[in-house]
Amino acid sequence: MPEVQFFGGLRDAVDGAESIRVEGTTVRELLKNLSREYPPMRQRIEQGIAIAIDGVIYRDDWEQRIPEGAEVGLLSRIAGG
Amino acid sequence: MIDDNKFTNQKFKLVGKRVMRPDGVDKVTGRARYGADTFAPGQLVGVILRSPHAHAKIRGIDIRRAEKLKGVKAIITSADLPDLTDGDGELYDILENCMARGKALYDGHAVAAVAASDAKAARKALQLIKVDYEILPHVTDVDEAMGPDAPIVQPRVQPKGKSEKPGNVAGVTTYGHGDVDVGFETADVIIEKSYKTEQVHQGYIEPHACLASVGPDGHGELWVTTQGQFAYRNTCAALLGMDISQLKVTSSEIGGGFGGKTHVWMEPVALALSRKANRPVKLVMSREDVFRASGPASSTSIDVKLGATRDGRIVAADAALRYDGGAFPGPWGEIGAMAAWACYDIENVRSVGYEVMVNRPKVAAYRAPSAPMAAFAIESTLTLMADDLGIDPVEFRLKNAAREGTRASYGPTYGPIGIVPTLEAVKDHPHMRARLGKNQGRGVACGFWFNFGGQTCADLAIGVDGTVGLSIGTVDVGGARASMSLIAAEELGIPYEQVRCNIADTASLGHNDMTDGSRGTFSSGMATIFAARDAIEQMRKRAAKTWGIAVKNVSWKDGKAIAKGKRKSLTLKELAEASPNTGGPISGHSQTVADGAGVSFASHICDVEVDPETGAAKVIRYTVVQDAGKAVHPDYVEGQFQGGAAQGIGWALNEEYVYGEDGCLQNPGFLDYRIPVCSDLPFIDTKILEIPNPNHPYGIRGVGETSIVPPLAAIANAVSDAAGVRMTHVPMSPPRILAAIKSSGGEQALEN
Repeated sequence: MPEVQFFGGLRDAVDGAESIRVEGTTVRELLKNLSREYPPMRQRIEQGIAIAIDGVIYRDDWEQRIPEGAEVGLLSRIAGG
Repeated sequence: MIDDNKFTNQKFKLVGKRVMRPDGVDKVTGRARYGADTFAPGQLVGVILRSPHAHAKIRGIDIRRAEKLKGVKAIITSADLPDLTDGDGELYDILENCMARGKALYDGHAVAAVAASDAKAARKALQLIKVDYEILPHVTDVDEAMGPDAPIVQPRVQPKGKSEKPGNVAGVTTYGHGDVDVGFETADVIIEKSYKTEQVHQGYIEPHACLASVGPDGHGELWVTTQGQFAYRNTCAALLGMDISQLKVTSSEIGGGFGGKTHVWMEPVALALSRKANRPVKLVMSREDVFRASGPASSTSIDVKLGATRDGRIVAADAALRYDGGAFPGPWGEIGAMAAWACYDIENVRSVGYEVMVNRPKVAAYRAPSAPMAAFAIESTLTLMADDLGIDPVEFRLKNAAREGTRASYGPTYGPIGIVPTLEAVKDHPHMRARLGKNQGRGVACGFWFNFGGQTCADLAIGVDGTVGLSIGTVDVGGARASMSLIAAEELGIPYEQVRCNIADTASLGHNDMTDGSRGTFSSGMATIFAARDAIEQMRKRAAKTWGIAVKNVSWKDGKAIAKGKRKSLTLKELAEASPNTGGPISGHSQTVADGAGVSFASHICDVEVDPETGAAKVIRYTVVQDAGKAVHPDYVEGQFQGGAAQGIGWALNEEYVYGEDGCLQNPGFLDYRIPVCSDLPFIDTKILEIPNPNHPYGIRGVGETSIVPPLAAIANAVSDAAGVRMTHVPMSPPRILAAIKSSGGEQALEN
């Protein structure tokens, strides 16, 4: 079960936790389970977030697999110019 | 696999060559059509009435006299743009920014708009609209806006997660790891410094312009200068209550955007005017409108605290970054906080971003938004620390630079990254060994940008003559058509000149995210590779059918289908000519989520000369070193490096929104808001590093934004070196430099 770290303002959506263990072998599964356990996270996900898996940042690829033992982190989706 | 995005270290025949740009002739001969360069039968002229007050309640708008004026076909106010945002706060902010809703929030805020048969009637109508304002107290300074007695800009915006009374801080976000208090206890030297940067505009030469047409059947078209035709379509359709399929948006050529054309400003107003008048409406912002009512970057106020040991190791770093978002909540402080310490490997690090609302225009992205200001504060303090420790500033940065495996200050652990190679290249560059003259100084600084990818589509159509039409959906702001043509030609194995790349409208291609976040070449490059490989699959099938053999026995090489083990081949042209009788048109398509964009780093070197009598600083030599992953078209990559540096030089030395006591912008024009011209700039030298991104078939990283991150700091370090006094306020305009020199008593030292 991946341990998901929360960076920046996303901690507000998980009661201030720095990390939580969440079931999920893909980004989609992980986000779904997270939303179920922490309803405020659902709105943040709908607004757009990014997920870092072993240092690579994904924004929209929810089919991305989460390897066993991967470092997983959620952070805000940023704007660009 | 056609759509495998992993880097393969492919050897290139075309990618990397400096081929002729396909849009060059049109642009130098005036044939290129920009936002204002299209016309429709019966089109009207649109104009916008803007608030002359920084903050005012709108008690009433009387349009009766204006409506009666000959030639006036439609007048709209916020009543004609009802709130259809359904609780979407960001969309409501856009709606309110397009047209004031009960309150004018800044000087230049739109309050009404007119469509008339000619410009004279339209302008006359504006004069006849009477707005009853109740002037309210205003605040335009980011620090003053955070004070307890500051006027409240947006009472409807509650600070996130707090129940206290409304203020002007819309959000506070903290990043970092470790324990900074513990870290500072182990420091031999601690430096604390505060910095300010003033508001700047992206300074695109082409103003916002569009031609909107909405018919009585509810179907609409919008021709517009934009960085994202699909995003504009979706936003405009949502604000006007249209199905997105009913609105076709075509992007014109773009005369600069730099983030400022990722946001709608007056396009929903043009569509609403057209819908009301039942005629096409052209709306073109004046330069004054552009400055007063579209996309500046934040002004900031930043405090930095840095602790290091005598041997040059940073042990703790802390920053508080306050960014104005204009009259609306923004993400700008958070992005600044994320980017602030990203170049370095620091055990105890923290950055806190504040989103501050002031009575200024709604802030927009500007090339690596929020990062240059953070870099100015951080990199200035790093140089102060290096000086204090007696360590060369490049060596100090190298000693503390992030590497593969470093936990970034904003959270994730880095994969392969390029900051160390950029610093090594700076260290070895001849620029660093050049002698400085009297009143001259040198500065170096590093910069970081995240880069991202996103949703992307490409279509590749092979004509019966064997030429190729490539359609992409990312607007060409910096050479996309040349780069994508190179990539398609590389994959197909045909000459570059055989490919023509077009930017598709929203009705002709699936959704594409905007050209922002340095994503254009990374994302559309990936989609183009996949689309070309899809077309190759079609051509292998056609060849197999022609030869009566299995597809697996046909390979593709150098623009030809080759039957394995047999001495026969079919060229792309031959397959194209035969296509009507082998299954019809040949095309390739790709839709992808281009994720895995690699982060980007740059290191810059700057020499300046300061005139001790006037305080004027002139950049006399400038070098950009940046990692591009793979430079598809090196001319464009160098152009991005040079362009970012040039904009940064303007930002560092001259550019500034000046507000009067009345809260009104005093310099909304290029005469008084001075962007650099050729005579202000030296030749900007560039060095492209190619450290492949493992998540792109060609190893591409975005290059468009990072180059504007280090200049403020590099120039500040150079000016401080030349003037003998630390500069903490950008722009370092002559009066500020002169005041700093005088306050330090350094005139004589500088002369000598």
